[in-house]
Amino acid sequence: MAHIELKNITKKFGGHTALTSLNLEIADGEFFVLLGETGAGKTTTLRLIAGLEKPTEGQVLIDGVDVADWGAAERDVALVLQQYSLYPRYTVRENLEFPLKPKIRRLPDAEIKDRVDRAARTLRIEHLLDRKTDRLSGGEMQRVSIGRAIVRKPRVFLMDEPLSALDAKLREALRTELKNLQMQLGATFLFVTHDQIEAMSMGDKVGVLNHGRIVQTGTPQEIYNNPRDTYVASFVGSPPMNLIDGKLVNGRAVMAPLNFELPFSGGAKASAATDGRPLVFGIRPEDVYLESGAPVEARVHDVENHGVEKILTLRVGDTTLRATVPARTDVAIEQPVRFAWNPDKVVLFDKGSGVSLRHAG
Amino acid sequence: MASVALTHLDPASRAAARGWSDLTIRNVFIIPTLAFLIVFNIFPLIYSLGYSFTNFAANRSDPWQFVGLQNYRELLSDDHIWSNFVITAKYVIVSVAGQMIVGFGLALLLNRSFPMKGLITTLLLLPMMMSAAVVGLFWQLLYSPSWGPINYVFGLGDFAWLSNPDSALYAVAITDIWMWSPFVMLLSLAGLSAVPQHLYEAAAIDRAGWWYTFTRITLPLVSPILLIALIFRTMEAFKTFDIAYTMTTQPTAELIAIRLYKQAFQQWDTGKSCALAYIVLIMVLAITNLYVKYLNKVKER
Repeated sequence: MAHIELKNITKKFGGHTALTSLNLEIADGEFFVLLGETGAGKTTTLRLIAGLEKPTEGQVLIDGVDVADWGAAERDVALVLQQYSLYPRYTVRENLEFPLKPKIRRLPDAEIKDRVDRAARTLRIEHLLDRKTDRLSGGEMQRVSIGRAIVRKPRVFLMDEPLSALDAKLREALRTELKNLQMQLGATFLFVTHDQIEAMSMGDKVGVLNHGRIVQTGTPQEIYNNPRDTYVASFVGSPPMNLIDGKLVNGRAVMAPLNFELPFSGGAKASAATDGRPLVFGIRPEDVYLESGAPVEARVHDVENHGVEKILTLRVGDTTLRATVPARTDVAIEQPVRFAWNPDKVVLFDKGSGVSLRHAG
Repeated sequence: MASVALTHLDPASRAAARGWSDLTIRNVFIIPTLAFLIVFNIFPLIYSLGYSFTNFAANRSDPWQFVGLQNYRELLSDDHIWSNFVITAKYVIVSVAGQMIVGFGLALLLNRSFPMKGLITTLLLLPMMMSAAVVGLFWQLLYSPSWGPINYVFGLGDFAWLSNPDSALYAVAITDIWMWSPFVMLLSLAGLSAVPQHLYEAAAIDRAGWWYTFTRITLPLVSPILLIALIFRTMEAFKTFDIAYTMTTQPTAELIAIRLYKQAFQQWDTGKSCALAYIVLIMVLAITNLYVKYLNKVKER
């Protein structure tokens, strides 16, 4: 098990810069999720740690040792890829044995059998051991490829969107299983995904990656409740955080183009410094509520029924915002409603830079 | 590419634009091909089968007689013919093995990116584009004992490659290897580049060494296409005529095809040579059949 550190990593592919001065630290035994959109540099980061790519600048440290000159084999990491990468023509057992059989590190046969059986039991693929890999379903293939990673007891597990090719039900099941597996093994996991639900539900820590830069690192709660900038705010959470332009006037939030006001409890200190300055107000949909005596009037633009709750799209002027309300709330489209927000939950962002005022200090 | 049964015309095709029906296409393209094949391939094949049971000689107008299996019986009990077959077998084994090793080795070297890869690959393919007779004549010059560059480079003095009974066959085989290794290389390259890169990466992550990766991943995935190369080259080598005929007259290098040629066009023993041609055909078919069976087994795995 290992501690990983990336220091000032820059990676260029020809003229294209994939990663820019990336700093990242993953503690021993941590489940770290790297979250970002397609093309943000997540896979590149994984491949750099695995030793499949060399950084243009910067260092990769595993347990404090600079591994620049180490190949993938010496780094002793396991990599689970989205496309499974099972070895064709071999049975599941042969695939699981593959990493244990190279001559240099050849283990005794009994040990190999023991490890393969244990991995198969953990992943519940014992009944598949003698089957050829091309006769497996997607979920089974992904289990085998995870199995091939765990038989070896590597120092770090790297997973590149391992669940994204699976259907929703299976994805949910494997998500729980992976998390359990990680706790059971006590291993360091670096899990890459573009799915913020995976990130929130699995990660001990989440790093949000945007255009080759780490925007924010923190626990899922920190990322969710206290996003560092408007990018994180709009990327994490489903539906995303509402972002409304406006400014603070005498301790009240005044939405400039929309012409409505809401109470704000940021305290005198915040308002003194920010009075009149152009801001973006961020509020999570679940902190917007409907009330007959609430200060702002809106019309219901759209209703999404999710069973446990309803997600309303409210229209004020020509802007919309989302509100999550209990399922029993009875609303119809185009119905006029009044809404308010929880003033304690409002996050302020600077209009120009998009950075949260709490993070800017 | 998926193969689609041609049941009706693609409405966007040029044939459809011209208003050609399926029937027209059949008449224009398929019937001439079939007619050509029947006249020039199938008919002579059957006709020569008939000749093989007679004592017909093409240069004489004497009436010929039906002799039954006598030609076959004589050929199969002729030690001379058997020694031709042994020579051919030696030749096939040496030259095909050489081509597989050299061709696959070259493909392994070329299966990465480096500057001028396209140009080098093309240059390496040149030998197989030449006429076999020309290749034979040039190599005869290269092998020349008095001033040939081969003896000069290897310091072999006046070693007579092509007129030494022990070396003539192998000298021809080396020429054949030179000429046809590019063919094996081309097929192997296609096979190698079809092995997905992520499998190599997975193997590297699994800490597999070069040899382990090669034997466990590369070879199994390339072996079907290597077998196809092997089938083609074996068939071709079995019936080699031109290179050997232009290069040497040594009886130790008399391949079965040369024997056949002499019997048909020097001794004018047409009936008997038809019988010999049929024996060769059956042997090639038998060998190919074995390979194809094995190929299907490899593919199933």
